[in-house]
Formats: sequence, structure tokens, C-alpha cells
Amino acid sequence: MSDYLETKFNDILFKNPVIPASGTFGFGREYEAFYDLAKLGGLCSKGLTLEPKSGNTGMRLWETPAGLMNSIGLENPGIDAFIEKEWPHLKNIDTVTIVNVGGKDEESYLTAIEKLNTIDAQLIELNISCPNVKAGGMAYGIKATTAGDITKKVVDISRHPIMVKLSPNGEAVADIARACEAAGAQGISLINTLQGMAIDYRKKAVVFDNLYAGLSGPAVKPVALRMTHQVCQAVKIPVMAMGGISDWKDALEFIMAGATCIQIGTINFNNPMAPIEIIEGLKAYCIKEGLANIGEVRGIV
Amino acid sequence: MALVQSNTCVSPGIYKMTVDFTGAVKPGQFFMLRAWDKDPLLSRPISVHNYEPGKLTFLYQVVGKGTEILSQLQSNDDVTIQGPYGNGFPEITGDLCVVGGGIGTAPLYYLVRHYQKQNPAGKCRVYLGFRDIAYGADAFAALADEVVLDVGGIITHKLTVLPGETVVTCGPEIMMAAVASAVPAEHAVYVSLEAHMACGIGACLGCTCETRSGNKKVCKDGPVFGREEVFNV
Repeated sequence: MSDYLETKFNDILFKNPVIPASGTFGFGREYEAFYDLAKLGGLCSKGLTLEPKSGNTGMRLWETPAGLMNSIGLENPGIDAFIEKEWPHLKNIDTVTIVNVGGKDEESYLTAIEKLNTIDAQLIELNISCPNVKAGGMAYGIKATTAGDITKKVVDISRHPIMVKLSPNGEAVADIARACEAAGAQGISLINTLQGMAIDYRKKAVVFDNLYAGLSGPAVKPVALRMTHQVCQAVKIPVMAMGGISDWKDALEFIMAGATCIQIGTINFNNPMAPIEIIEGLKAYCIKEGLANIGEVRGIV
Repeated sequence: MALVQSNTCVSPGIYKMTVDFTGAVKPGQFFMLRAWDKDPLLSRPISVHNYEPGKLTFLYQVVGKGTEILSQLQSNDDVTIQGPYGNGFPEITGDLCVVGGGIGTAPLYYLVRHYQKQNPAGKCRVYLGFRDIAYGADAFAALADEVVLDVGGIITHKLTVLPGETVVTCGPEIMMAAVASAVPAEHAVYVSLEAHMACGIGACLGCTCETRSGNKKVCKDGPVFGREEVFNV
């Protein structure tokens, strides 16, 4: 490969391994004011569901030391509106496009996947790990048997490759990853947010209407790195890793743990230029270390 | 990154900071501020208190770790500012009546200044309510045709809207709701909402509010809304 950062995720060629994470980047439009989205390795849509969702009521954000809890609850316009209004814009951006799909039950997952068969996305990120919705969401992703089962059904009807996004909140994550691989998944992404809780002692009440919420940001990085390492050791399919990555050094650590690509999440909120700075930092690292490609350090630990 | 010109305490827990900035800034817009690394994680959305080329001023209340750090900045320190964000107040013609409560008075000062520049013949009246200590009232008095000040009471009890006035309010939600229901229907009423935000640009969906026309983002679709959009009036 001629370029320092070109990365193959199966047969999908990414110009670099850096992709903003679902739920932190909308459908990309908000960040176009900051940089050309074609500089990114890929784009990943906000988590979509078959029907539009208005999300959770009450407080949706709560900070923790170096972390952020969220209870957005998959607010999204639904698959049809996405295909009609957002896809025509996304598909014209010269980068890999990934569509993130969640569901409340098997039927809603499968119907959503069928609808997505009509567009030319390069990869589907199957969200079986959202901790913030009452039905579906994380329920499929916390056990290897259910994760494998829904993955198989989705793989069978999708014309797109399926990358399953795993939860850190369930059974041993390597077991779940193996079950997804056996069911035909062509990639794994992890981690979704860690389930947490916040109490406002002054109000003597829980902070979130949905009781528990998802923790992300630099605070979760060591956990995400460990799980990435475990999954990369357990499966042969490529892994797209995330969890608290805030600069190129963090990104490099996940690649050294075995990740093929990395996703940039919460840090987008306090530094909209973070993905671009990470791409530039990884490239500078390759030059400094005399690497022909970043892949030379992949999985070295 | 912007350079702090000055940062002074104007009342207990209330600070006024002016930074170097030149750009198009509308009254009612806000910036995301930070002067720390990763703890707290997020930047702080702070409304524009005043602007002229080269001088951007914020009036803010210390409520937590982020604003505490901001309050300790000195002249010539760096502060990261992103913005301006948000829709801002609409251009107002006719007369203006503003109703501010507490730190919600902050964005109204720049609004009044801008309004008077655009409407030299327009009348502007100001209602200011504070829980215990008033601040900034003199600055409004130097601009407005009339200032009604209330400390410790309920400002909306004193509110009388005159024919032809557009009403703009910013302050505690309960105060804005009272203004929204007290002002007769023939007047336009605009409210500026506050919300926890992560990104400030419409990506995180953390500041979503329910409106008559569905979910809206306080940061991007707002923070200024017509009263009928967000309150049951």
C-alpha cells in the first residue's frame, strides 16, 4: 500500500482507519463546517431504527470525571426518512459509509435491514448494544446465544456486510464476538457505552428518567482497550475499536491491541477537529517510526 | 483559542469576561468555552453578553467545576472558544420589552444594544428580576427608556406590556413560562432556553426539547423559540 494510513477492513478500502462513532456525529452535516468529511476514513450514521424515535425524556447528559453519561435513547428520524433525506447527501461524500441500525425486536431489525438493501452503503453496523432503550437494544447483545442468533438472521437477509457492535455490559465479550463471527458477521465493533447510574443527592433522586445510562469518554478507555484486545485475540474478522479515544496516541494503542479501524466518539463534542488531528498524528507517527503503513504495528501487543 | 482581556467578579458568584474575538455575532447566540483538558469533559455553553469587533464579553455564574475554572482566568490567559452557535434573537421592529431573571439577563444586554442601533426611534423597556443581589442594572439603565428592577420578588407581578411591544425573555424556566402566559396574545414573545449540552452544534441530541412541531435542538434550532413553540399558552 502506498499510503501510510490506507487500511483494508476485509475487502473494504479505507483511506485511513479513523471513523467518527455513531451517535456522536449526527449524519455528518454538523461537522462539515469544520472540515471536509472526505478526509475521514469513513462515516457512520446516527443509530437508526425502523420507526422514528423521539428519544428519552428528562435529563440526557451528565458529566463524570473525564467521562460523559448519556441517555439519548436512540432519537432518530427512522430508516425511511434517513434513506430519503440523509442518504442522498451521505452517499456523495468520498469516503466509506457505514449505517448503524438498532431495533426493538427481531422483526424491526429485519425489516430495517431489508429497507437498507435498497441503498449502496458499504457496511452495516448492527447495534445490539444500546443501553438506553427499553425494548431490544442491549438485550440482544449481552448473551452470546442471542447475539449470534440475531446476527445470523440479519446476515442471511442483508446484501451488505454486517459488523456487530458489542456491549461491554454482558457475558464475556470474547464469547459474544466468537458467536457473532460464527453467525457470519464480517466485523466487530466495540465498545458501546458502559452502563452506569447517576444520583442527584440534592434532589434525592436519580438523574435519568430511564434510571441507568451509558458512560463514555476518556474514563472508559482502559476497559475498552482490554476488551478490544480480548476480542482481537478471539476472532479472525476485523475489529473496529472505540472507547475514550481522544488523541492519536490513544488511537495507536487500540491499533496495537489489534484493531483494524478505530472510531472517535465523545471527544468530537469537546474538539470537533479531533478525528482530523488523529489522522494527522497517526501519519506523523508512521513517518517518524519509518513505517510504510500503520498496519505494521497492528496487533503487536 | 482566544486571549482573555479581562475577567472580573461583578457580584458574588457572577463574573464578566472579555476576550479577543472578531466575527459576526448575533444577540442571543452563545459560545462553547473551555480552559481545561479532560476534566470536566465538556465545554460550557455561555451566551454573548456584549460584542464589538475585537471584544467579546460573557457574563456568567459560577455553578460548577467548569465555570469555577473560567472564573480563575486572568488577563492574557488563553481560553478556547467555539462559536458563535445558535439561532439568536430575531431582528425586532417596533418597540421592545425585555424580561430577564438572574443570569438570564446576560444575553439581553447585547440584544438591547443591537436593537437600539437598528431602531433609533424605537422604545425599549427592561424588567430585571434577581433572587437576592442585583447586578448589571446600571448598564441597562444607561441604554433603556425604562428599567424596572425587582429583588427577591416575582418580576412577572410587575410586568405590564405596552401596545406594539415585542417581548423577549431569558431566565429561569418558571419565570419564562409565567411571562409566556401573562403576555396577551397580540404580542410576539420570544424565550431563550437553557440546556445541558455536549457539542453545541446539533450532533449529540443531548439538549433536545419538545416543541409544538416535534423535537428541536436547543443548541441549533434555538436557543431562541417563539413562546407558542415551547410553552402551552
